[in-house]
Amino acid sequence: MFLLDPTLFLLVAASCIALSGIPGLLAHHSAWGQRVAAIIVIAASCLGETAVISLLSGIPASSYQIDWPLPFGPALFSVDHLSTIFLFPLFLVTGAVALYSVAYWPAREKASAGRLTFFLGLFAAAMIIVVMARNGVLFLMAWEVMALSAYFLLTTEQQSSDVQRVGTVYLLATHTGTMALFVMFSLLRATAGTFAFPATHALSLAVPVATTVIITALIGFGGKAGLMPLHFWLPGAHANAPSHVSAMMSGLMLKMGVYGILRTVSFFDQLPAWLGWLILLLGAWSAINGIALAAGQRDLKRLLACSSIENIGIVFIGIGLALVGLQQHASYLVVCGLAGAFIHIVNHGLFKSLLFLGSGVLIHGTGTREIDRMGGLARRMPVTSPLFLVGSLAICGLPPLNGFVGEFFLYVGAITDGIVAPLPLVALVAPVLALVGGLAVLTFVKLFGIVFLGAPRSADSAHGHEASAVMTGPMVLLAGGCLIAGMAPVLLVRLVTPVVGFYGGLSPQDMAQVMGHIPLVPLTCANVLLLVVVLAVGAAYLRRLRTSPRSQGSTWGCGYLEPTPRMQYTGTSFSEMAVSLLGGIVAPDRRRPTLDTPIPPADARFSYETTETVLDRILIPVFQVVGTAFSFLRKVQHGQLHIYVLYIFATLCVLMIWKN
Amino acid sequence: MTDIIIHCAVALLFPPLLLGVIGKTKAAFAGRVGAPYLQPYFDLIKLFRKGSVFSETTTWVFRAGPLITLSAALIAVLLIPLGHHGAPLSFSGDLILFAYLFGLSRFFTTIAALDTGSSFEGMGAAREVTFSCLAEPTLFFSLLTLARISKSLSLSTILTHPTPAIWLAAGASMLLLVGALFITLLAENCRIPFDDPNTHLELTMIHEVMVLDHSGPAFGIILYGAALKLFILGAVFINIAFPVATGNALIDWGIFIAAMLVLAVAIGVVESVMARLRLVRIPQLLVGATILSAFAMLLVLR
Repeated sequence: MFLLDPTLFLLVAASCIALSGIPGLLAHHSAWGQRVAAIIVIAASCLGETAVISLLSGIPASSYQIDWPLPFGPALFSVDHLSTIFLFPLFLVTGAVALYSVAYWPAREKASAGRLTFFLGLFAAAMIIVVMARNGVLFLMAWEVMALSAYFLLTTEQQSSDVQRVGTVYLLATHTGTMALFVMFSLLRATAGTFAFPATHALSLAVPVATTVIITALIGFGGKAGLMPLHFWLPGAHANAPSHVSAMMSGLMLKMGVYGILRTVSFFDQLPAWLGWLILLLGAWSAINGIALAAGQRDLKRLLACSSIENIGIVFIGIGLALVGLQQHASYLVVCGLAGAFIHIVNHGLFKSLLFLGSGVLIHGTGTREIDRMGGLARRMPVTSPLFLVGSLAICGLPPLNGFVGEFFLYVGAITDGIVAPLPLVALVAPVLALVGGLAVLTFVKLFGIVFLGAPRSADSAHGHEASAVMTGPMVLLAGGCLIAGMAPVLLVRLVTPVVGFYGGLSPQDMAQVMGHIPLVPLTCANVLLLVVVLAVGAAYLRRLRTSPRSQGSTWGCGYLEPTPRMQYTGTSFSEMAVSLLGGIVAPDRRRPTLDTPIPPADARFSYETTETVLDRILIPVFQVVGTAFSFLRKVQHGQLHIYVLYIFATLCVLMIWKN
Repeated sequence: MTDIIIHCAVALLFPPLLLGVIGKTKAAFAGRVGAPYLQPYFDLIKLFRKGSVFSETTTWVFRAGPLITLSAALIAVLLIPLGHHGAPLSFSGDLILFAYLFGLSRFFTTIAALDTGSSFEGMGAAREVTFSCLAEPTLFFSLLTLARISKSLSLSTILTHPTPAIWLAAGASMLLLVGALFITLLAENCRIPFDDPNTHLELTMIHEVMVLDHSGPAFGIILYGAALKLFILGAVFINIAFPVATGNALIDWGIFIAAMLVLAVAIGVVESVMARLRLVRIPQLLVGATILSAFAMLLVLR
């Protein structure tokens, strides 16, 4: 039985992944270190995924305790259903990314590959430990390793000033969050007497303490998850990291913030009534603003990053619904909200990683990130384009792909309670989701349409090339996952049922009763029917096409004879109308030429820049003022390491004197 | 079983007639004789026999667009009840699938338009997705209101539930709902005052400009799909606005078809007596419809 223990499997997998990059560090400019790392990570991911599946099928997991010589209590590792649901996409995406990185960031061409591989392993392993840690200090250590390896990953191309800037913003944001977490864990230690995590629903705190713990958790974890208005670090960080790193950051690291909030909430025996509504509001706010920001972006990866904010918002809508439901004892709301949130967590891990890996292929093939410089790539990338289309459809939540399943649960939860229970207010979630869905269609039609379709808008795009099978293979895996999960929603539901029951504190009978009302079989039928109809209509059309005359011509230009690719609609023009309707949220910076010059008109320039409202208009000005006000303190920050050590020593002395 | 067969037959064969009736009404208003009622059928047959011209910039996306758009509409028509007979495919929560099928068809219509690389079609696609963002919440507010009244999540129940008694009891909110839904019906089907299906070459076009480059059978599929969409949303509207049921299956089918024809005449009248709105006004009207439907919901939620 010891050999089959899933926790041990997971710990072994984590250690292997953590150490996988070391051979690559030893051998510079040689491909074997990177290949060995990929093989180790893929093998460890398979091992981890096996453990996850055995946990889901009900094999009990044991806890491991290490009595380390640190004064924080023993280091405790354990897995429960909540951890499992985060580990499932984690191993899948990590394995896919490991394979992808061999071709995307080849050690033979890029000197930074060794370091990248090393931190990638460390990053993934730290996330595994984050969901397994059951001791506050151990958790924070893993959290910091995760946050810092993400920093080193995203500053891989550190020569670029953009990368340096977003790296610094990320570092500040993550450490502000960690500071909030320090407060939170210290408060828990002060009240519970130990750093070990309290048992589920075992913690009862006085109202002010409980409120402080929850608020600090929302700041610390919400910032990591990219919840508005703490999202400001996210678009830049995701856009400037290597694409496979963005895939992991967006698909996996953001979810660690969600995990943190869920874990913290699970400690309490009683939650304040406002918490569910607050999370619901924050989620709705993030979803609408995130997708509105995404709609206005011109940078391929920035767009995907902003859409991550939207998706995290949708996850938080689900969590909010569930918490409101727990408060009101509405089991339907609890089940649907939690199931929707967990399914969306898994789904987002699949399709967002797929899209980021796809954007890596695009950047690799064209050398640009600007949507408006691309176009016509569907011809040059016959494998990537359908895969990217699958990802785009899935992220819009359109049937028959997996995104629809998660949103379906949220809608059903919100509407059912809206119509039968005394909670009509939650029904408003449905129109919000509809608006978000509409904007998502706009955003991803723009992304797919402008990047892959039409005529190439620049020479880079005209010479774009398809990537090797090593890069497209992992994408095929992820796209296949999206399709299978969408066609057979029952698989996703089976995946999340244990965690929903565990987290919602519902008996299997209650769960079965609610889940029995979810029309999984009809959904599958409708999806299959849709495919059959598409194939039938398609076959009829193709037969007709084969027997009828066919000719080629140029696109009809309404009589204009010399169209050029530059006359096409660009991404910016595509979203211009929506952006001007959503003016307050996106706030693009338009620099118009003045047209008052006489004939003949002088040269004029027009520029269009999307700005980041929170970062560019609030935080940076505030920081500049604070920076000037406290410039006198810069004297103590002189860069001499030995004096810094002296500061630490002096602080310790002062603390010791104060204590005694 | 008979009802399912009639459902499928009506849904497949009837939609183009609506276009014929609209055309005839507009002709009558203009003092013309107009094309025969069956003209749309003749057009479709002619188009299916024709050859196709494809632009050199297009890919498989351009060919797949009309197919998937039509398929999504064909599934959607199975989800709505016609003439107080339950839909062939009905389950709790099918209203969400219904709304998202329209999203799917919109996705493919617009990417097929972008595939041609024409700036006109780009313009149309941009407008289509922008305006639908505003129309989508209206549909959800309306369906939610009805779901709340009928205490069900299935379109078959929601749409067969309204009766004259419910109209008397919740008249204000039903009236608001019908207004909002009629605006959505016109907007989603690109009729006047939002769009003019008769002209192609104006810069304010939405749907027609997106299909400029389609030809032959593909264009036939698009025309048929558009008629089907008009039929679907029209049926939703009729179920709410004209909730008369006799209990006799055949008479109910007759009433339904008559009501749909009256709706087509009504759309024809609107198109004849109104001018198209300026493009900047369209979002205002759509947001207005959303607010109307939100009002309707507020009234039944209280």
